Amino acid sequence: MVNIKINGIEYSVEEGTTILEACRQNGIRIPTLCWLKDINAIGACRICVVEMSGARSLTAACVYPLSKFDEGKNILTHSPAVLESRKMTLQLLLSNHNMDCLACARSGNCELQALCKELGVDDSSYFEGAKNEFDIDTSSKHMYRDDNKCINCRRCVAACEKYQGIGVIGANERGFKTEISCAFGMDLANTACVSCGQCITACPTGALSEKDDTDKVWEALADPEKVVVVQTAPAVRASLGRLSVIR
Amino acid sequence: MAFKKSVVAFSQTPEQEQKLMEVINKEKGHKGALMPILQQAQEIYGYLPIEVQTIIAEEMGISLEKVYGVVTFYAQFSLNPKGKYKISVCLGTACYVKGSGDVYNKLQEVLNIKGGELTPDGKFSLEACRCIGACGLAPVMTINDDVYGRLTVDEVGDILAKYND
Ligand code: SF4
Ligand code: FES
Ligand code: FES
Repeated sequence: MVNIKINGIEYSVEEGTTILEACRQNGIRIPTLCWLKDINAIGACRICVVEMSGARSLTAACVYPLSKFDEGKNILTHSPAVLESRKMTLQLLLSNHNMDCLACARSGNCELQALCKELGVDDSSYFEGAKNEFDIDTSSKHMYRDDNKCINCRRCVAACEKYQGIGVIGANERGFKTEISCAFGMDLANTACVSCGQCITACPTGALSEKDDTDKVWEALADPEKVVVVQTAPAVRASLGRLSVIR
Repeated sequence: MAFKKSVVAFSQTPEQEQKLMEVINKEKGHKGALMPILQQAQEIYGYLPIEVQTIIAEEMGISLEKVYGVVTFYAQFSLNPKGKYKISVCLGTACYVKGSGDVYNKLQEVLNIKGGELTPDGKFSLEACRCIGACGLAPVMTINDDVYGRLTVDEVGDILAKYND
């Protein structure tokens, strides 16, 4: 066991527990974006940073396992430096994001949007500069990928590879040009994608989304020549079932 | 989406194929085997087209996307063979502030290819490089062994015209 303090209160946690887990176990919420339970702990987004006594810089809580060397340390989850850093991280993400929230499928349940609100991002153009312009991949029957809304958290990549064992999407190129796409820029429809939708469920933003055929249904319903029979598919329910597991 | 397959058709000799298999069999199973395999494969073929990456992925039991992600991450790997004339534009700090970025863009426009690509006739390949130690001549580019310094965007057409064989 390791004895630590979180925001001045003493806790005892098992060695190897990450700071994030230690906080969660004790009802203290730290925001996360790239972290996805069991499958994606890569310390990429830095939204989960905390201040730790003795550390020179802020620490990413999701990838820091507590050890006996941390005995007695105090971890601040919401200090001014932490809050400022999280806010800046969001502003930097927005600097390369199309921010098309009003017309976005995820508006209202987007993790990026929710965090901007929570952390008081009041200037979404704080870091103005170059933005990527990616083609939207609409090749698949069931979904589209709009990398202009992607924050490169790689949760979809982990879901595709680790939940499903498919691995047709990944982070390609480097630095500013990094893009979640398929090998050789292939259309998703031309890969071994099995249309499971796990990547959509894993995505915190509106970058991945089901295609919406509501208009086609309205059209069919309005067609007097058509006899309408409705059958719900079970796939939607199975996918929503997973949602509750990861959140 | 633009499918980034190399513009020249892939062909390999039986020796190249055999060498690649030897490399894979020697390295696979080791931790971190992908990098040395890719480096040696590029030595064998000069570049890493989809055909070679597919063999590596299949032999190693990993996805093609994983291989491609690594290949596009590192500047040392190329998806295209080099052209008869290999154009390198320096995007090092000195050249960049002197406008080599514009020269690079102009070349992409005139040749109608992006950096890292090859013209369909196999004549010109274009790439960016880092400081080549000729900062006094910035902005600098090289075409094979010829060095061009104090470049302006307007000169690009005339320079390319010299390579007319
Ligand atoms: S598409 Fe979504 S899940 Fe995938 S990296 Fe981008 S933001 Fe993350
Ligand atoms: S959630 Fe910890 S770095 Fe992204
Ligand atoms: S920066 Fe171009 S030669 Fe030095």
